[in-house]
Parts: sequence; structure tokens; C-alpha cells
Amino acid sequence: MSVPGNSSASPATPALTNPKRLAYYPGCSQSGTAAEYDISTRACCAELGLELVDVPDWTCCGSTPAHTVDHHLAGALAARNLRQAEATGCERMATPCPSCLAALRTAGHHLHQEAYRAEVEHLLGGPAPQESTAISVLQALVENIGPEAIATAVKKPLTGLRVAPYYGCIMNRPPELMAFDDPENPTAMDRILAACGATVVPYPFKTECCGAAFGMPRLDVMQRLSARLLAMAEECGADVVVVACPLCQMNLDLRRGQVNSAAKADYRMPVPYFTQLLGLALGLPESSLCLDKLVLDLRPALARAEERERKRAEESAAQNGAKPCKPGDASHKEDAPCA
Amino acid sequence: MRIGVMVCHCGNNIAATVDVEAVAAAAREFPDVVFATDHMYACSDPGQKSIEQVITDMKLDGVVVASCSPRMHEATFRRAVERAGLNRYMFEMANIREHVAWISLDRRRNTEKATDLVRMAVEKLRHNRPLTAKSFDVQKRVLIVGGGVAGVQAALDCADGGLDVVLVERKQAIGGIMSKLDKTFPTIDCSVCVLGPKMVDVGQHPRITLHTLSEVEEVSGYVGNFEVTVRKKTPYVDWTKCTGCGACLEKCPSKKVPDSFNENVSFCTAINIPFPQAIPKRAAIDPAHCRQFTKGKCGVCQKVCPADAIDYTMQDEVVTEKVGAIIAATGLDLFDHTKCGEYGGGRYPDVITSLAYERMLSASGPTAGHIKRPSDGKEPKTVVFISCVGSRDRSLDRPYCSNFCCMYTAKQAILTRDHIPDSKAYVFYMDIRANGKGYEEFVRRAQEEYAVEYVRGRVAQVYPQAGPDGPQLLVRGADTLLGTQVEIAADLVVLAVGVEASKGAGSLAEKLRISYDHYGFFLEGHPKLKPVETNTAGVYLAGCCQAPKDIPSSVAQASAAAGKVLSLLSKDKLESDPQIAMVTGNRCIGCGKCERTCPFGAIRMREMRDGSQRAEVVETVCQGCGICSVTCPVRAIQLQHFTDSQLLAEVNALCRTWDETSE
Repeated sequence: MSVPGNSSASPATPALTNPKRLAYYPGCSQSGTAAEYDISTRACCAELGLELVDVPDWTCCGSTPAHTVDHHLAGALAARNLRQAEATGCERMATPCPSCLAALRTAGHHLHQEAYRAEVEHLLGGPAPQESTAISVLQALVENIGPEAIATAVKKPLTGLRVAPYYGCIMNRPPELMAFDDPENPTAMDRILAACGATVVPYPFKTECCGAAFGMPRLDVMQRLSARLLAMAEECGADVVVVACPLCQMNLDLRRGQVNSAAKADYRMPVPYFTQLLGLALGLPESSLCLDKLVLDLRPALARAEERERKRAEESAAQNGAKPCKPGDASHKEDAPCA
Repeated sequence: MRIGVMVCHCGNNIAATVDVEAVAAAAREFPDVVFATDHMYACSDPGQKSIEQVITDMKLDGVVVASCSPRMHEATFRRAVERAGLNRYMFEMANIREHVAWISLDRRRNTEKATDLVRMAVEKLRHNRPLTAKSFDVQKRVLIVGGGVAGVQAALDCADGGLDVVLVERKQAIGGIMSKLDKTFPTIDCSVCVLGPKMVDVGQHPRITLHTLSEVEEVSGYVGNFEVTVRKKTPYVDWTKCTGCGACLEKCPSKKVPDSFNENVSFCTAINIPFPQAIPKRAAIDPAHCRQFTKGKCGVCQKVCPADAIDYTMQDEVVTEKVGAIIAATGLDLFDHTKCGEYGGGRYPDVITSLAYERMLSASGPTAGHIKRPSDGKEPKTVVFISCVGSRDRSLDRPYCSNFCCMYTAKQAILTRDHIPDSKAYVFYMDIRANGKGYEEFVRRAQEEYAVEYVRGRVAQVYPQAGPDGPQLLVRGADTLLGTQVEIAADLVVLAVGVEASKGAGSLAEKLRISYDHYGFFLEGHPKLKPVETNTAGVYLAGCCQAPKDIPSSVAQASAAAGKVLSLLSKDKLESDPQIAMVTGNRCIGCGKCERTCPFGAIRMREMRDGSQRAEVVETVCQGCGICSVTCPVRAIQLQHFTDSQLLAEVNALCRTWDETSE
């Protein structure tokens, strides 16, 4: 078994014959509460030249309800979608939602057991796929496009915007199953946001739980956990918490009032999807990114960052004018002003 | 030929499930068998006596004993037949205990199988011929690879015993991990004060040749006559002139070199002597950081050296050493703590390894013995120790226990409370493994006298947090005894990193032709009865290269290895095993296949007078593995005592029985 590596240890991009063409499985949230995630994902991919082929006649992945009732049903639902994806002729299938991804990859894992496979194939009335080809949109952007290519495509860098990347608990875990990025300190979103010109703050709660579906049965648990995430983001000096999961987004954004009232706090930082920020950096119009669907408005945070950046530029210009320094001189002095 | 057979009861071990009398009776019918009997304990003194007696009385030419595994008593019985005047190879053993009695309860079929095995042994013996061992001269010198405490101890023991010793160390100075330690458990002795005198002895011993900054490049030969090439990397300082005065260190302008002796917590100069007690106390230049090498100009050390020892043009030197035995004592490396993302090692400066902390505790360390956290140099008031980082963790492919981390963690917690009396020390642990003399009491002292808080449970996450007096680290974990989650605001987190095999251990093992396990630890000859030997004659193990072990165990194993070497090299000549390959000259077609397949380089091709090629076995190098015999297309090369005719005789004996029973 491979040892989970640190920061930059995401596995090498597999050799793909056509990395610019992907099957696309939106998942149910993306046609409802997280429509902006779906829309901004499509917009970004189109801009970056990543062709998304919709999985024909896709259905629910099974999500949490299916496997709490019947493991074989859960496997069959996921397997059906994987089989539908095969029809597109693409090597990989991307989905924005980590929960869908977990369901689709778990099914692929269980299908290695013969008895399970037989039961699933019975339910499907046909053969189940051999492997799960599902990856996250985040993984697709990092591996099929790459931060370097993204950086060159950026038209309006997010300079000065301090972002706390929040991955949620299942994007990279369990590591054997998800097989992407570092399970304890993932960096995929960091790299994309850095490529967009944003300042990524060292956010320690990248993979902590937001409370997930506890928002319904135990609101107090969700309130406590989400409040911790926001408190830490504030302590890190972030302008925004950037997410890659519809449920995390809902807890941190839509339920902000509930969280604030329980924590007796007034956290105001907006919670955009990383695809929305990526879209802004790529120079896409705000309408195609559905920024207005966010409960907490993103614009004040952007304006604040811009203002801060303007001031910093002025200050450094003033300083540089007073004391010009050559880059070579300061090379071994880390605290030198222009190092 | 006159053959005698003795079938052993082994008390009830064999007799309970094998009808030994019936086996003996059946043996009497085998060709050439003139005598067969059973005995309660063939290996006992009376058992051996009766074998000797029957050889003389019955004028036997060979003996078969059906009893236990040859790994147990083959040597015993060979000596017995030798005492009665037979050649020791005119003896065969049938294993009817491990291979028959212990694996099945079916008495009838066991008896049949035992009879088959005896029949095979008899047939083999009918084709045996006497073999005689040859003897060869030995080099009364020993090579020790690794100059940590194990290597140092082995070197001193061998040298005091009268052998010439060659000690090879990869680093600039000997002393290994132990020289980096501040104190040792469970006595809180000063580590370098205990080790120092031994290091000095190594440096001054007339019989010890020290090669530091050196690595073993190639090993050839065999027990008694190894030839080892050692690459001595150049220090760019003529060590015959250098006095270790340190003038160059003071003046060197490149002062920002990560100090590996101090676990990179501090910096040193590009020309350096790693620590005050270094043996040899000589300066060496790190060309990766020296300005003379990186920028092409500087030369300061050359100017200031009063002994004129600096020479930037020096080259590596390769020396060849002839030795009779080798002790591997390559020690350990520590688990890379940055692999545990949850603890933030490598990301947060105040999360450090236990060895870095040890350097901080040491008076000769980077902080002169004051505990200062790396981020801001403040004295920490709360220190959290996390044990089993990279040990007992299957998800990291490190399922084994690193043996001594529990103990050094207790020691470091005690020292923390000693250095900073108003501090708090917490230890997160899985189990406490304190199974040495005085160890359990020591951990108790940490808990009771020094009020170190032991929390049984794992840490889930470490992350920075603003504390009342500046930044802190929040340690979140579980207390499995209380069944709760715990959060501790710490100023410093120390990771008790586990043990890994030394980097490059695998490639050294291949050079030495010894086995190593999945993790790179060298395999001992037998886990119980040959703990310092390897399966290659003349190569021995000491210290952590075999498995994680603490200082006393390393020293004990080193002395044991030295004892083994001394007894091996106490003889002027060694006997070679005659069970080796032999070439029938007129059959060999000189194809050279055997030369290519031999894993030991024991076959060489020789040109005959008519210009044709013939294979030739170097008898002292051959290990008797038999690969060449199965490779030879014309059956010209035969393994003595396991020739084709001997093996086929056994197979025929077995197949003939099958024929009879199937009828």
C-alpha cells in the first residue's frame, strides 16, 4: 500500500488519450440547491477547453439514503450511472459533488467482490462496470488541465483576496478509496486558487467536518462544528471560505444565521465555490457564475481585497521609490523588504 | 554395501502416530540393509552409543536415522558415525517427525509415509560416497560497517581480542545516534559522557583502522577471505595535517548550512566539525554549501588554517581491505514526520521530532541546553509528546513497534519538567512498552514524581491557535480511558518518531549477500538461536540494522557479534563444506551458462591448452545452492552429496512404492 505523502504528493497524472474530454455527472444537488456550482463548473471547463459530455439519462447516485437501506441497491444505482457514462466513450467521469463521488467510487470498490457484483448485476439486469472511472471536478481540473495552464489562462487575477480553502471531510477520504491528494493536508484547491492569483491562507481545518447532514437531526452539532470552521477562517485572516461541496456550502452559507445565533457571533465571510472564484479569475461574466445565488454576498469581500491590494501597491511603490533595491542583493536575506 | 537403519520414537513425538517398529521391520527388507531397529531417543547418549556399536559390530558402510529434522540433529549423528570410523557423509536422515508425525494423526498412512521416506534415504545412501572437507587460510581481520554505539562496541571487543579491525562510517565522525542524545534512560546518564571514552578508545586503538566519511562500495570473496572496497569521500582537508583547532570554523563566511548533526534545527558552517567530542576531530568541507565550490571563490579557510591542511583539489579515495569477517552495524534512520499531515510536522515550526528535541536538551546542542521553541525562541510551558509516530501504524506501512520510543518519551518528559519546573508535559500514548530492567519503574517516576500527564489515546489533529501569550498549537485527541475528547493548548509538540532501517541498507545487504525484510532490516540466521549470524557465513549483525533496539540491546548484540567473529577467526584455517558444485571436465562444453547464473560468482571459465573453455568452481566461494547443476545443459556440473544420480535414486524409490501401492 502506498504511503500517503505530504503537500505535493498527489499521484502523477495517468496517461490519458484524451485528457480534454470528460463525462460529466452533475448529481442532484447541482440541479437544485447548488445550481451555481454546476453552472460555474460548466463555464470554467468551457473556458479552459475541457469538454464535459453529460452522462445520458443519469439518475441519483444513491447518496446516503441508499446505502443506509440496502448496500446492493446503493451499488446498483452507482453502477448504473457508471455504465451510462461508458456510453460517452470518455475515460473518466467527473462530478462536482464529493458525496456523489464517494458513492460512485465505493461502488467500484465493492464490485471487486464477486458475490456483491453478482447481486448488483442481477439488479441492473446486465453487466456492471469493472472499475469506477469517477473523479472529482477538482481532480479533473488539477490533473487534466493543471495549475500551470490555469495560471496562463487567468485574465483577472484575484490578487489580494485571502482565501481559506475548505475541502470538507470526504473529498480525500478514505485515502485508499479516493486516491487523490493528501488526506490530511490536501492542496489541490490551494494550487488552483494560487494559480488564480489569490493568497491562500494556511487554513488548518481543511478537512474538518462541517456537521454535514446533522443540520436536520441535530442542529446543535452542525452549529457548533460550522462555527469552529468560521472562527478559524477568521483567525487566519481569510476574506472568504472556498468550498468544493454542496453540503458544506449550505451549512456555512445558507445556515449562517443559525450558526451565528448559536455561536453568538457575527461571521460575515462569504462561502463561494472554488469554481466561482476560478471563473472570476478567468474573466467570465458574473452572471455565468451565478454569484447572486450565494446567500452571503461575495462582492464586498472582493472589493475589500481590491482596496487592500491598492493600498499595498501604493505603499510598496512609495517604499521602492525611497529605497531602490536590486533583487540579487537580497537573495539570502529573507526579511529583506523586496525578497 | 552394508546399511544400518535406526528408527527413533522421540518419546511420544513420533511413536504416538507412527508405528516405528513396523517401519524398522519394513526397512529390513530394503536392499543392502543388514540391520534395522528402533530406539526411544536416538539422539541421546545411549542412542548414539548404540549407533557406534552397531557400525562396529555389523561392519556397516553407512547409517540411516529416521527421526527429526536434519536441522536439529544431523551434526550430532554425523559426529557419531565419524567416531565409529565412517565418513560423515555416509549418513542419511529421514525426517519422520516434522514431516510425518506432527502433521497427521492417521497412524496407518503415517507409517506408510515414514517407510517411504526411509526407503528414499536408503536409496540415497546407496549412491553416497565419502567426501572430505578442505581447509583454507583466513584473514585475521574484521570489517565493521557503521560507527554507532554497536559498531564502536564490536570494534573495541574485536580489537581487544587481538583482531585487526577496519571500521567504516558514512558520516564524518563516529558515535551515531547515541552521540546526539542528551541523556539516556532509565538512569539519566549523560549520553556522550558514557559513549565518549569508547569513541576515544576507537580513535586511539592501535588495531583499529578508522575510515569515516566512507562507504562500502563492493564486497567479494567468502568467509575468511572477503575483499571489500571502501570509497573514502574527500573532506577537502588533509586529515594528517588537520589538528581540529577550529580556526576555519570561526572564519568560514558560509554560516547558514543546515546542521544535520543538530537535526537541522540550527546552522553550521560549510567547513565543520560536527560536535566537540567528535572522533576523528577533523574538519570537513560540505561542497554543496562551500563558497569555494558554489561560487568558485572564497578560500578563507585555506588562508586561516595554521596547519595548511585545506586542499580544494582533493579527490575521493578508494581503498581495498582484506578481511575474514564482516559485522554490519548500520543502525537506523528516523521516520519522516512530514508524512503525518495531521500532526503538521514540517508545516508548523513548533512541531518537532524527538531527536530535534533531544538536541535542544543537550548542552552542546543548538540552544546550549535551553528549551526554546523554534518559532519564536520562547521557553515552552506546555509540551505535548505524541508517541508511535510512524510505528504500529499499518496505514503508513509501519506495522512494527519501534521498541524504545515509550522510554525516550518518558525521559524527555522528565527532562522537560527538570529544565522548566513550572511546565506541563503531556504524553499521548497507545500502550506503554517498558520491558527492560528498571524501565517500568522509570515510567512510573515520570508519572508520579514528575507529574507527567499520560493520556491514553491518539491525537487527531494539531493546528495553530492564538493563545493568551502568543501563538500556540492546539492538540486535539481522544482520551480512551475517560472516553472523551481532549484538547490541549501546547507551546511545543514533540513527535516520538519511529525507527526505519538506515537509508541504503538494502543495497548494502545485496553487496553482503544477506537477506533483508520488507522494511530494510537485515535478517538474522534464526530468530531464536542465531540472533547475530546471517545466512551468509562470516557476516554478522549488530544493533538496529537487524531490528529496532535500545542502547543496551545494541551493545549486547555488538559484543555477541564480536564474540562470534573472535571464535570464527581464532582458527588459522577454516574447513570448507564439501557439499559444493563440481565440474566433470570432459563433459563440460564451456557454454558459460553456469557462470552467468551463479549468484555467488563462484564459477569462472578457464581456457584449456587446446583453446577451449571449461567451467571451474571456486571451492571456497561456492555455497552449494545447486543452481548451476540445473542450468547445465549437459549435466557436467554436479552438486556433491546431491548429484543427479543420488536425487534420482530417491525419486525412483518413491515412485516404485507408489507403483506397488496402486496395484
